[in-house]
Amino acid sequence: MTEQTGVESMDRGTVNANPLTAAALMIIVKTLLAALPEFAARADGGLPDFGNAPRIFIANHTSHVDTLTLWACLPAYLRAQTRPVAALDYWGATRLRRHIALRGLRAVLIDRSGHTPKTHVLKPAQDALRAGSSLILFPEGTRGSNDRLGPFKAGLYHLAQQMPNVSIIPVYLSNTRRSLPKGGWLPVPLICTARFGKPFTLKPGEDKERFLARARDTVTALGSRD
Amino acid sequence: MHLFPQTPHFAIMAWLFAGLVLLLTLASGVGYALNRRHGAQRSAVVDNLNARIRAWWWMVGILGLAFAFGQDVTLALFAVASFFSLREFISLTPTRPGDHAALVAAFYVMLPAQYLLIASHWYGLFVILIPVYGFLLLPLLSAIGKDTQSFLERAAKIQWAVMITVYCLSYAPALLMLKIPSDPGGDALLLFFLIFVVQVSDVLQYVFGKMFGKTLIAPTLSPSKTVEGFIGGALSATVLGTCLWWATPFRPWQAGLIAGIIVVMGFCGGLVLSAVKRSLGAKDWGSMIEGHGGALDRLDSVVFSAPVFFHLVRFFWT
Repeated sequence: MTEQTGVESMDRGTVNANPLTAAALMIIVKTLLAALPEFAARADGGLPDFGNAPRIFIANHTSHVDTLTLWACLPAYLRAQTRPVAALDYWGATRLRRHIALRGLRAVLIDRSGHTPKTHVLKPAQDALRAGSSLILFPEGTRGSNDRLGPFKAGLYHLAQQMPNVSIIPVYLSNTRRSLPKGGWLPVPLICTARFGKPFTLKPGEDKERFLARARDTVTALGSRD
Repeated sequence: MHLFPQTPHFAIMAWLFAGLVLLLTLASGVGYALNRRHGAQRSAVVDNLNARIRAWWWMVGILGLAFAFGQDVTLALFAVASFFSLREFISLTPTRPGDHAALVAAFYVMLPAQYLLIASHWYGLFVILIPVYGFLLLPLLSAIGKDTQSFLERAAKIQWAVMITVYCLSYAPALLMLKIPSDPGGDALLLFFLIFVVQVSDVLQYVFGKMFGKTLIAPTLSPSKTVEGFIGGALSATVLGTCLWWATPFRPWQAGLIAGIIVVMGFCGGLVLSAVKRSLGAKDWGSMIEGHGGALDRLDSVVFSAPVFFHLVRFFWT
């Protein structure tokens, strides 16, 4: 099992989920982490119909359980068409993780190691969007070590620029860092929530810095609204 | 362990559950009638009442199944209840990354160990595992996390969470390990008696409170506990408990006295856990059980009454 096989499997394009793996993951995540979704713009917290067009869910990243939690928070119709963008160095590292990522989450694995040229790191994600999938993306690129969001990487801007019709949905994940902080290896059972904000898109003429700062602010605002 | 053993105790249990089904059918009928009467202007109180009744059907069904399958399944059910209660408690408790090892130990070591000790009828270790060894081990694990900020508060909160949601709650199924000479095999009925009296008292306090409640007992702790609700609910639950004396090793006056103690302890549990909840800035412990809130909202009275009931029975009847 080398990095090469990971790269091959993501180049194959659409990966079929194994329904058993997905169902087992769902049960485990719900039991340990509850994964409760809520929508910030509605008093009852219920999620609106986000429609069928491809979109990018962006969220704060502090824990290895973030991907699973946000995935499990999505309503079933969205989960079926959404692929998390996940780091090959973590999710491809063991047979179990690889199975969960590819067959359970249908993740798009990206190579952060530096072997892939910077401009091509997000290429598989772009292909997935083009093929009609939605994405889960952590624009900080890596896990933060406190509740303050780190700066967003340029990848989100490039995706938005190449596909300006794709709307971006900000999400704030709570409690995941307490469940599995950096260095922890067993998640503590905690009720984790994903608070969804209103979709937004790249404004015409908006430059990279301004767009990334705006995206980061919307996620931060979701976290501080309590 | 036989499934559906043909013992006199099992027959009594079956009749008691049949009675519960009858009560719930009545309650559902009343809920349906209230809903029709209110018709267009839907009332939040009636909606909540019906949600609570629906949840009761589930809870009685699950408890009935567990009782039918015997000690091990009942223990597993309470272990799951402890798990969800502890998850609710810790979710509201501000812990820090340095507490990770202590929390892992609480969930994956303390909780299963406590219930395995009951399953193996090891009374001596069951009573001290969490108050002594957990008390020493958990803060040690937090200390290894090398974070001194609010250390004592964090250690105290984690210990409190485990004491309430695992230790105190486990006293309810621990009744199954008591051997009562005058009534061998009646242990499951004792557990039924405890749960029935506690929960009926909660329900009746709620009903009396909604109908006659005027004077708040502790407005800063709970906006729903009233003097009228408490007196009406506590007295009627004690009477109902007394009426169940024939299913227990107790004489009628003893059943009444013990039911009264259970009811008062249950009320104290509701009050104390309400104060804890509020100090953590929450209204409900969670949202698992429709209409009721979290698992701990339903179990707050059990956790206070179970240890007292257990030790009363153990001291005077074994």
